[in-house]
Amino acid sequence: MDMLSKNLPYILAGISVGGQYALIAIGYTMVYGILRLINFAHGDIFMVAGLMMVYISASFPMYISIPLVIVLTVLIGFLVERVAYKPLRSAPRMSVMISAIGVSYLLQNLALYITGGLAQQYPTIPWISDQITVLGASTKRVTVITPFLTIFLVVLLVTLIKKTKIGMAMRAASKDFETSQLMGIKINNVISTTFIIGSFLAAVGSLLFFSNYTGVTPTIGTMPGLKAFVAAVFGGIGSIPGAVIGAFIIGICENLIMMLNQFVKVDISNFKDAFAFLLLIIILLFKPTGLFGEKQTDKV
Amino acid sequence: MNKKKEILISIALIAAVLAVLRVLELNIPPTSQWAMLLTVLKKGSIYALVAVSMNLLNGFTGLFSLGQAGFMMIGAYTYGVLTIPVADREMVYMYYDGGIIKFALPAVLGIIAAGLAAALFAFLIGLPVLRLKSDYLAIATLGFAEIMRALFQWDTLGPLTNGSNMIRNYPTFKTILFPFIASGICITLIVLLINSTYGRAFKAIRDDEIAAEAMGINLAHHKRIAFTVSSFFAGISGALLAMFQTNVQAKSFNSAMTYEILLIVVIGGIGSVTGSCISAFLFIACSEWLLRFLDETHKIGDFTVPLMRSGFRKVVFSIIIMVIVLFFRQGIMGTKEFSISGILSRFGGKKKNNKEGGAPLQ
Repeated sequence: MDMLSKNLPYILAGISVGGQYALIAIGYTMVYGILRLINFAHGDIFMVAGLMMVYISASFPMYISIPLVIVLTVLIGFLVERVAYKPLRSAPRMSVMISAIGVSYLLQNLALYITGGLAQQYPTIPWISDQITVLGASTKRVTVITPFLTIFLVVLLVTLIKKTKIGMAMRAASKDFETSQLMGIKINNVISTTFIIGSFLAAVGSLLFFSNYTGVTPTIGTMPGLKAFVAAVFGGIGSIPGAVIGAFIIGICENLIMMLNQFVKVDISNFKDAFAFLLLIIILLFKPTGLFGEKQTDKV
Repeated sequence: MNKKKEILISIALIAAVLAVLRVLELNIPPTSQWAMLLTVLKKGSIYALVAVSMNLLNGFTGLFSLGQAGFMMIGAYTYGVLTIPVADREMVYMYYDGGIIKFALPAVLGIIAAGLAAALFAFLIGLPVLRLKSDYLAIATLGFAEIMRALFQWDTLGPLTNGSNMIRNYPTFKTILFPFIASGICITLIVLLINSTYGRAFKAIRDDEIAAEAMGINLAHHKRIAFTVSSFFAGISGALLAMFQTNVQAKSFNSAMTYEILLIVVIGGIGSVTGSCISAFLFIACSEWLLRFLDETHKIGDFTVPLMRSGFRKVVFSIIIMVIVLFFRQGIMGTKEFSISGILSRFGGKKKNNKEGGAPLQ
């Protein structure tokens, strides 16, 4: 029992972080599925959502600031696509990726300018930040809520993609970008919707993430962003359930490393972040399409 | 214009540039505002080398790799670890009983060792990773750089890498000529490689992998050469950067550093060596010096110019970069090269076709 109460917090934290990565990873996997673009700016949109919450909640009550932050994040995601990616639609893929890196650089520098480089204290959101006890382990309520909320949102999203007209358009666009255009699908609307959904989930993810890790710094989005991308690749890029499973695996494993750290003699906590990349390289070598990815063949 | 004359003019120009640099260095007191110029020139020459080495991969071979900061870190650490004087080791490795290396190499050998170490790592990493395509390769190399960074900060490797503490007290350069000459030699070697049969094979791979393979180019072999050579020079530039900074810490070699190098390559023109060099100096000058005034508050009479405070420089700078990325996709030079004969024939009124013009990148 002592063993359990000592180790349970790590597992809980792992599941919770996994859920937060999953919400970011969906944004990556959907954008990559349609545009074949690693949206490097996605992690920074996540950071911007956190930062906006800090400033908006200073002057508005919670029930206004949470929806406001989500709406503004969606707006930023939409604008980034329109300004930085849409003009490059016919350009080589590398140019778009460089543009994404440029946006990421811009958002980080803007955040640095606004915050002055100091870590901003994330506000306490009532109810979800409360301390609760699970099986003798004390934790925040957000830890328990996250996986359920994540799964709820994912089911909602999958239903949207399977049952609605715009969902069908998304599937068509990710199958064959050009043919779907010929079939009369308004590709720009589809792409905008993708970015809107991705940013919405990133905003929700940031609410959950920063309730646990309360310091918002300009570069905080990079690591969760990269890990979420790894999760998307691990699950098979373009597959939403794959991204979610990948994210949970990464979240849980990196916390298991922290747990193991108590038992082994050498300090391995450094490799918490590196683990995700190790997993990425292993999966790319042995199953490059990921767990649930579709096989693609190159045509001459 | 014959070749002999061109070489003579080049040598004269190089000598003139070096002389000017030396004169500048001797005449600018370290306290004056122009001292920044020397810093920019030193750092710019080092970044020029790493940008050209990245261009060799991204621009000439079409391998989109984002591991450059990782290889620079390996170079910087190799140089630092191997060249700290034996007498100083006790102090630098104060938490690790003086470390496990009990000898010190001379600086030049240390720099070469830095390149070799980075090349060795690149060779080993390249074996599995170079099978991947475009963005998967990018993210895998980025991942390797992150793993390396974690490894170098690992406490258990402390006796070798000093854990998360600084490596310092190794020999540094005394004169501005050193980074210029070292980078110059390395860039010349890269240019010679690009103009060789290997270079032509690289460009063929960039333009169309399948066609290149059909022409009998061994893809795996050539990609490995490009990757290893590029990392060798990234390692050397890492060693030079270590000398410039006078201390090395693994945490500064993060993905943001790779992005900066990539942006230098993009601004200069992907596939242009001279473009990378020019943009390295411009990039460093803008970020370290020329845009500094944006970080200070200015007053015109009683009116305080809005927005200008610490950090504004970087915002303006990143907006400029976005404008270049979106509207001037070719960068400064595109795929063209700046050459003496080209300039001379332009002044002589004769148009000369550029040999270097390649197809746009995929």
